[in-house]
Amino acid sequence: MSDVEIKTLTMNFGPQHPAAHGVLRLVVEMDGEIVERCDPHIGLLHRGTEKLIEYKSYLQAVPYFDRLDYVSPMNQEHAYALAVEKLLGIEAPERGQYIRVLFSEITRILNHLLNVTTFAMDVGALTPPLWGFEQRELLMEYYEQVSGSRMHAAYFRPGGVHQDLPDGMLDSMDGWLKQFYPFMKDIEYLLNENRIFRQRTVDIGVVSAEQALDWGFSGPLIRASGLAWDLRKSQPYDVYDRMDFDIPVGKTGDCFARYLVRIEEMYQSARIMEQCVKALRTVGGPVRVDDRKISPPRRGEMKGSMEALIHHFKLYTEGYKVPAGETYTAVEAPKGEFGVYLVSDGTNKPYRCKIRAPGFPHLQALDMMTKGHQLADMSANIGSLDIVFGEIDR
Amino acid sequence: MSEALKELGDHIAQAQAGVVSKTEVRLGELMLETSADKVLALLAFLRDDPKCLFKQLIDICGVDWPEREKRFDVVYNLLSLKNNQRVRVKVATDETTPVPSAAPVYSSAGWFERETYDLYGVWFSDHPDLRRILTDYGFEGHPLRKDFPLTGFVELRWDDVQKRVVYEPVKLTQEFRRFDFLSPWEGAPQILPGDEKAGDKAAAPPPAPAPAPAKAN
Repeated sequence: MSDVEIKTLTMNFGPQHPAAHGVLRLVVEMDGEIVERCDPHIGLLHRGTEKLIEYKSYLQAVPYFDRLDYVSPMNQEHAYALAVEKLLGIEAPERGQYIRVLFSEITRILNHLLNVTTFAMDVGALTPPLWGFEQRELLMEYYEQVSGSRMHAAYFRPGGVHQDLPDGMLDSMDGWLKQFYPFMKDIEYLLNENRIFRQRTVDIGVVSAEQALDWGFSGPLIRASGLAWDLRKSQPYDVYDRMDFDIPVGKTGDCFARYLVRIEEMYQSARIMEQCVKALRTVGGPVRVDDRKISPPRRGEMKGSMEALIHHFKLYTEGYKVPAGETYTAVEAPKGEFGVYLVSDGTNKPYRCKIRAPGFPHLQALDMMTKGHQLADMSANIGSLDIVFGEIDR
Repeated sequence: MSEALKELGDHIAQAQAGVVSKTEVRLGELMLETSADKVLALLAFLRDDPKCLFKQLIDICGVDWPEREKRFDVVYNLLSLKNNQRVRVKVATDETTPVPSAAPVYSSAGWFERETYDLYGVWFSDHPDLRRILTDYGFEGHPLRKDFPLTGFVELRWDDVQKRVVYEPVKLTQEFRRFDFLSPWEGAPQILPGDEKAGDKAAAPPPAPAPAPAKAN
């Protein structure tokens, strides 16, 4: 029998596909059911954030960071706030730092709840997202209480946070934390030993530690590949150096390891939340820097003080000038290392603000991860990468 | 921290004497400058040298300085997990001079370079797949250049007759406004409109009388 030449089939996956987690278009070359090559086409959600930021003052740029990765808004504001603070040479007051760490961890739980549960949905389970979204709503109420907005908070500002916590919030968080641990046990009970979930995730999309380094992985993905690397421990910012928490590390580097790392990170985030709630009961003082050239005065102050009125007007029209210089500042966002490369030319607008999104290199590695897998494993891989197009396309 | 960085910078500058043209530690961050033809050697050294071990390429991005002769900076941000240090490598280039692609050294460079090419029009030689990445299919221009207007040149709409989306030149119902908030007391030089030459009036001869304006018909 003569050899038959098998032609690969080119298939279009997305841009409107429920398993693509947004507007991802994949051009996949298939040999039967096996993926030979996949070429992600991104940019369908490109909004030119970096260009827009160059035309806005430093304070006006904050809300753009909520809209990058809209599943973990505050962590990205955190990176931007830290970068601007570094250029300005200021530091947020202690209470502001505790609040920022507290809300960073709330955001991490929000993000992982969404990812873990929708990942389970990608591979066939429907209950986890229904349960997880209930918890997300409870957490987003805290967002709403401090910032007035459930998602796009614009709460972390250069110099601290916008407002202090409302009365009774810490007690309410204690209550939430108490019910969160049993909830996590339920999610684990649903998924950890689930036969279908394991069959779909174990040994799928294995990434070795060398590959993870070479492809620029960070966050839960690099930890799942066995590297104990977390910016909160290695390059601590704000009050993370006072927090007691552990870094979960995976052994196998497959989709299941990435799931397990995220589950354990949620427990650790809850631990950090507990410590912050405890500390915030005693740590008082302002929540943002007291420099009127950087942080605007309170409304009440403006009623009586001409000086305060002038400061308010100047800060909300012209904004503050940032000394010339450049910095790359990164935080451990839930998805990985989120960095801001900020170049200032000494005016009130950033000269260049490059946003380093963790999802960008992760998605780039999709081709390497899925080669030789079946098509159905691709959606498992995409789910475990935790990609959100707001940050990848920018 | 910055002492260690200074030491590391000296070590790199010594080992790569002909390659690194400038080392600087500012705001606790180490920055190296090199030229386009030597950047691959430097990156490979930074990755493999036992004192550096910058195994991760975190980011590549461009910065546009239109007033410079070599208007673009290509900025590489590297991270060493082993030594817990970061370094920034800068290469200056212009629209025509290609920068060798870092893809052979770091696999993750591929998309970062595609993005830099897309947004700035910096060429990367020997890149495995240098296509646009973030902008639309068939997009023209490089939007993050400083001379590219914020509003762009074209806008998109659905044409109900042709039953497809069409591009048209951008129409602004209100002129694009760019507020200059630089304070007249401390920021922008104070220039009265029409009074630009007030300073050098003494040195320059009095201007010739302007020719009589053409008669309107």
